[in-house]
Amino acid sequence: MTDRLRSSPFMHGPQRTDRVMQWLILATLPGLAAQTVFFGWGNLINVFWCATLAVVAEAAVLWLRKRPLAFYLGDWSAVVTGWLLGLSLPPLVPWWTSLVAVIAAIVLAKQLYGGLGFNPFNPAMVGYALVLVSFPVAMTTNWPTPDSFLQHPLSLPQTLHQIFGNRQSATGAGVDAITMATPLDVYKHQIGRHLSQTILENPVFGHFVAYGWEWVNGGFLLGGLFLLYRRIISWHIPAGLLGALILLGAAIGWDPDRSIPLSLHLLAGGTMLGAFFIATDPVTAASSHTGKLVYGAGIGILLYVIRAYGTYPDAVAFAVLLMNFAAPLIDYYTRPRAYGHKAPKRGMGPGN
Amino acid sequence: MQLPGRFPGGIHPPAHKERSTQQPIRQLPLPEALILPLRQHIGSLAVPCVAVGDHVLKGQCIATVNGRSGVPIHAPTSGRIDALFDHPVPHPSGLSEPCIRLVPDGRDCWTDCQGFEDYRSLTTFQLLERLHDAGIAGLGGAGFPTANKLRTGVESTIHTLILNGAECEPYISADDMLMRERAKAVADGADILAFITRPQRVLIAIEDDKPEAIAAMHAVCSERDIQVVTLPARYPSGGERQLIQLLTGREVPSGGRPADIGVICQNVATAAAVERAIRHGEPLISRIVTITGDRVANPGNVEVLLGTPFSHLLKHTGLSGQADRLICGGPLMGFTLPSTDIPVIKTSACLIAASEAELPTPPPARACIRCGYCADACPASLLPQQLFWFANAGEWDKAEAFNLFDCIECGACAYVCPSHIPLVQHYRHAKGEIRALRQEKTKADQARQRFEAHQERMQREQEEQEARRRARAEALAQRSTAAQIATDDKAAKAAAVRAAVERQQKRTATDEATVKRKQLANAEERLKELKSTLAEVDADSDPRRHTRLLDSIARQEARIASLRAAVESPSTDAERHD
Repeated sequence: MTDRLRSSPFMHGPQRTDRVMQWLILATLPGLAAQTVFFGWGNLINVFWCATLAVVAEAAVLWLRKRPLAFYLGDWSAVVTGWLLGLSLPPLVPWWTSLVAVIAAIVLAKQLYGGLGFNPFNPAMVGYALVLVSFPVAMTTNWPTPDSFLQHPLSLPQTLHQIFGNRQSATGAGVDAITMATPLDVYKHQIGRHLSQTILENPVFGHFVAYGWEWVNGGFLLGGLFLLYRRIISWHIPAGLLGALILLGAAIGWDPDRSIPLSLHLLAGGTMLGAFFIATDPVTAASSHTGKLVYGAGIGILLYVIRAYGTYPDAVAFAVLLMNFAAPLIDYYTRPRAYGHKAPKRGMGPGN
Repeated sequence: MQLPGRFPGGIHPPAHKERSTQQPIRQLPLPEALILPLRQHIGSLAVPCVAVGDHVLKGQCIATVNGRSGVPIHAPTSGRIDALFDHPVPHPSGLSEPCIRLVPDGRDCWTDCQGFEDYRSLTTFQLLERLHDAGIAGLGGAGFPTANKLRTGVESTIHTLILNGAECEPYISADDMLMRERAKAVADGADILAFITRPQRVLIAIEDDKPEAIAAMHAVCSERDIQVVTLPARYPSGGERQLIQLLTGREVPSGGRPADIGVICQNVATAAAVERAIRHGEPLISRIVTITGDRVANPGNVEVLLGTPFSHLLKHTGLSGQADRLICGGPLMGFTLPSTDIPVIKTSACLIAASEAELPTPPPARACIRCGYCADACPASLLPQQLFWFANAGEWDKAEAFNLFDCIECGACAYVCPSHIPLVQHYRHAKGEIRALRQEKTKADQARQRFEAHQERMQREQEEQEARRRARAEALAQRSTAAQIATDDKAAKAAAVRAAVERQQKRTATDEATVKRKQLANAEERLKELKSTLAEVDADSDPRRHTRLLDSIARQEARIASLRAAVESPSTDAERHD
C-alpha cells in the first residue's frame, strides 16, 4: 500500500486558495474596465505595474527567508495585493509612488509579519496609507480628467510616459490639463461656501452622481455580487459597511446643502472597491459572522466620519486599517454559540 | 414531515454510493482464519475465556468483560482457537493489540441459541443483560456498548427513540442495503428497543438519497408505531447530535448525553442486531460491510464474519490494479489501513480501496487565510480557523475556551479548506495534548492529595503526640497542684500557729503587764516603806544608812518609772515582738 497513516478526511472540496485569489482578480474586471473606459489607461497600467512589483518584492523576501518561491508565489496573494493597489492608486500616479506603496505593502505589512495569513493589517491599505501620508501631492493631483472631457485623451504610450517618464512633456499641455479633483474632493471643499445645486454644476458630477465614478463603483459592485454568488466572500462585511454608511448618510448627511449626499458616498469614491474587495480581506478581518458585521459597520462609520469631518476626501484605507486594529477584540466578543451551549462564551479570558 | 430543527453548516460532498448498491448483500466463503481483537470499541480489553487448542462452536463466548465497560466476544464460526497473540487492529494508530485467532473447521456449527419470540415477557433488565451477553455494540459509529447506552435511557425518561439510518457519509451504503433487504428485522429491532426504553415516539431517519430504503422502511413501519422521517442529504446529518437537532430541534448539552434531553439514538444496523440477539438468541458475530472504491472490481455490500481480514474481502470482490488508498470507514471520518491483513470488527462499516485519482493526496497545506469557509461548514458552530490558530500555537487553554471539545471531528472544515490544512488532525492533536495534560494534572493532583494527606497524617500524629505529651504533663501538673494544695495547708497551719503564737504572745504581754503592774504596786509599796524608814533615820546620826536609803529610794523610783511606762504602753511591747 502506498500511503501510510494519514488523518481523515480523505475527500476534499473544490475550493483552493489560489483559485480564490484568481476569482477575486477576475471579479475586479468590470470595475477596472469602467476605470479604463472613463479615465484612460492609467489603472490598467498600474495594476500590471503593481502586481509585477508585488511578485518581485514577494519573491525577493521569500528568497531572503529561504522559502520555496514557486509554492508561496503560487498562492497568488501577492498578485492580489498589487492588483488592488493598482486599482486604488490615482491612475496617473508616478511610478515611484506605486513602487513605495507596493514595497511597503509586501515587505513591511505582509512578509515582515510572516507572510500570507499572519499580517494583522491589510497590506494593500498599508501601502496606500503610507504613500497618501508621505506623498500627498502625488496622491491628490493625479486623478485624471475623464477622457471624454479632453479633446485629445491620453493614448497608451502617452499615459506610460506620464507615469514612467518626464511628466511635463507627456502631452505638452502640462499636468493640470489632464487631471482634476475627484468628485468627493470637490464637493467636500465647496459645500462650505456653496449650495449643492451650484456645486453639482461642476462637470465632474456628470448627469447622474459622479461622472465615470458611478460606473466604476457599479462595476465593482457587480464584481462583488459575483464574489458573493460564488461564495468567495460572505455578505456580512459589505452589508455591515454599506449599511452603516447608508444609515449615517441618511441620519446625519440628509441635507445635501450641508454635507456630502449619500449617493456620492456610495458611488463617487472607493466605496464599492473597499466594501467588496478590500474590507473583505479575511486575514485581517473579524472571524465570526457577527464579528464581520461589526467589523464592516466599523469601517462604514469611520469611512463616513473621516469623509465628513476629516481632512481627507476619501478614507477607505484609514477606515480599514483602524478596524484591522479592532478585529482581534471584535473576535473575542462575537464568538458564536457552539452546539450544546446555552450562551456563547465571550470576552477576553481563556477560562471564560 | 417538516423537520423541527436544522443544524448549521454541513457540506454536500459527492456521495459515490450508487457504486456499491447495484447488487444485493452477498455472503462470503469462510476465510482461512479469523482474527478477533479483544478490544473492538472504547473500553477495556475483553478477557479470553478459552485456551489455545480449544474447539469452539459458532456463537460461543470466547472472551468476557469485567464490568460494563465492554461487551463479550463470540466465535463467529465453529473452529479451533489457534493463538492468542498481538496483531494490528483497525485503529487510526495502526498499532497492534491482543487478538484471538480462530481457524474455522468449515462446519459452521452453531452453539445452542435460545431466542425469545415473546420478549415482552422479559423484564427490561433481563433484556439489557441479554443484549450485553450477546456482545451488541453500536454498529454505526464508535461502537459504544448498546446495553450501556440503553441503560442511560432506562434511567431517565425518554420521549424519542431515533433509529439512525441517515448514513450521510459518502461511499458507505451498508445501512442503505440493510434497510432495503431486511427492513422487517430493523423494524422488529426498533420495537424491542422501544419496549426497553418506552419512548413516546419512534423515528427512523433516512437521507433522501436512499429512496429504496425509505420505501422499504415505509412498507414495514406503516402498521407499526414507527415514523419514517426523510432528511435532506447533507453531511453530517447522521452525526448523533446533528440528527437529534434535526429531528427534535433541541441540542444535547455540551458534555452531556442524548438521554439528558430524553432522546436515545441507535443505528439501524444495531437495531437489526438487537432483533437477532433477542428473538433468535444469536450474538453479534457478523456485520454488513461496504466494499467500494474505484479499485474494487466488484464493489458492493457483503455480510462479513467479524474477524475476517480485509484481504479476504478484497480477494472476493476483486482488486483492479494497485489500491493507492485503503480506508476503513468513510472518506471523511475513516482512517487509513497500513495493510490488508487487518480484521473486520464491530465498527467496520466500510472498506474503500481507491486510486490516487479518486482520493488524491492533498497538496501541501498553504497558510490559513481565515476565509471562514470552515466556520460556515461547521455543524457545531465552532470557529475552526481560531481553533486551528490556537492548536497550532499550543494555546490549549484558548482552544478549550473556543470549545475544542465540542468538535465532533466530522471533517467538514477540512473538506472545504481552500488551503488544504488538515484541520481535524490539528484538533485531534490538540485534544490528545489537552487530555494528556489533564491526566498529568490529575496525577499531579493525586500526588498532591497524597502528599497533603501524608502531611496531614504527619501533622495529626505530631499533634497526637503533642496531645499525649500535654496529657502527661497535665497529669503531672495535677499531681503537683495537689502537692501545692498540701503546701497551702501547711502555710495555713503555720499562719494559725503564728496567730496562736501571736495571741499567746499577746496574752503573755498582757500577763507581763499585769506582772509589771504588780511589780509596780510592790515597788511603790517598797518606796513608801523606804521613805518612812528614811524619815525615821536621822541623816546626821547615821549618814551612811541615810545615803543607802536615798540610793535605794532613787533606784526604786527609777524602777517604778520604767514599770509604769511598760504598763501604760503594752502594745508597743507587743509590736516590738513582731
